[in-house]
Amino acid sequence: MHPSSPFLRSASLAAAALLLSLSAQAQQKLLPAQSDIAFASKQMGVTVDGHFKKFDAQIAFDPAKPEAGKIAFAIDMASATLGAPESDAELPKANWFNVPKFPQATFQSGVIKKVGPDKYEVAGKLSIKGSVRDVVVPVTLSQSGAVTTASGAFAIKRLAFKVGENEWADTSMVADDVQVKFKLALSGVGKS
Amino acid sequence: MTAAAPSRYHGLAIALHWLLALALAGVFGVGLYMADLPFSPARLKLYNWHKWAGVVILALSALRLLWRLAHRPPALPRRVEAAMPAWQRRAHHATHGLLYALFFTVPLVGWAYSSAAGFSIVLFGVLPLPDFVPADKALAALIKPWHELSAFALAGLVLLHVAAALKHHFVDRDGLLQRMLPGRG
Repeated sequence: MHPSSPFLRSASLAAAALLLSLSAQAQQKLLPAQSDIAFASKQMGVTVDGHFKKFDAQIAFDPAKPEAGKIAFAIDMASATLGAPESDAELPKANWFNVPKFPQATFQSGVIKKVGPDKYEVAGKLSIKGSVRDVVVPVTLSQSGAVTTASGAFAIKRLAFKVGENEWADTSMVADDVQVKFKLALSGVGKS
Repeated sequence: MTAAAPSRYHGLAIALHWLLALALAGVFGVGLYMADLPFSPARLKLYNWHKWAGVVILALSALRLLWRLAHRPPALPRRVEAAMPAWQRRAHHATHGLLYALFFTVPLVGWAYSSAAGFSIVLFGVLPLPDFVPADKALAALIKPWHELSAFALAGLVLLHVAAALKHHFVDRDGLLQRMLPGRG
């Protein structure tokens, strides 16, 4: 018999850790196919809608104990689309999202408050393009079978995150206000 | 024809003719230029100005058509008409009919293209205009060449119209151009 090698031991430890974390997260999971994160900005008065196609979340949230909840979000900035290939080619560039340097935008929750039946306010830190800002995100939960949908909308200022720099900083061309809308399908949050 | 038939165009018809002549030349030039610009604020500005100008041209063309329907333009002077071969008389009427048709077709197709491409028109950045076609990339690709083609057709007809007017003025020397020149009415 071979003595078990250190490599095998650590590999099996890692596998066990992975299994543990998977089972812990199996309780609450984001269902990306049924989720949507959209953003809307105005170009010379014209509303332009965009979406992120790739994002992920780690969620530990019990509607019975919202203040103990934790939500972490990561958005793949390279997945941003405005629906037109010309503008999609621009978004990853340095003036806009600078994707090579800042591939992800993240949200890390702080205090979660229940403000009404199925309504919550999630305070947290939003990080886009290396700038971190405090935001308060209103969230409404709705339940359909085993799927909980968390939806809401909030406004951010694009210039606070240096999105649209240099010749694009002019807010008469592209408004500073950006509406972020989300609809996140979650499994395992349970009845609220 | 009554004896009171005017020999010149009405002042408003003359004003609209020359205003729209300038506007059409301008919007056509901007349209040609902007299409090749790289993604930039300048491009975004020109596209919006082009759309706003197109909508204004559409509205002024509607006003012009209504005015024309309510106020008969002067008939061709008998002397001039007698000197024109039949094909020229037909071309004269066809050109004017087609010009009017394109005054509406070109901007309306452009508007449809903008809506289909997902960019609703907000006139002067403040007045949102309705979309009469849905936002649909495939539809936008289908519409786009027709805006271009109809604009080139309009430009061609304008050139023909100008050439005919200059021919009447400098070759026939029949004074026909006087009817549309600003001045004493």
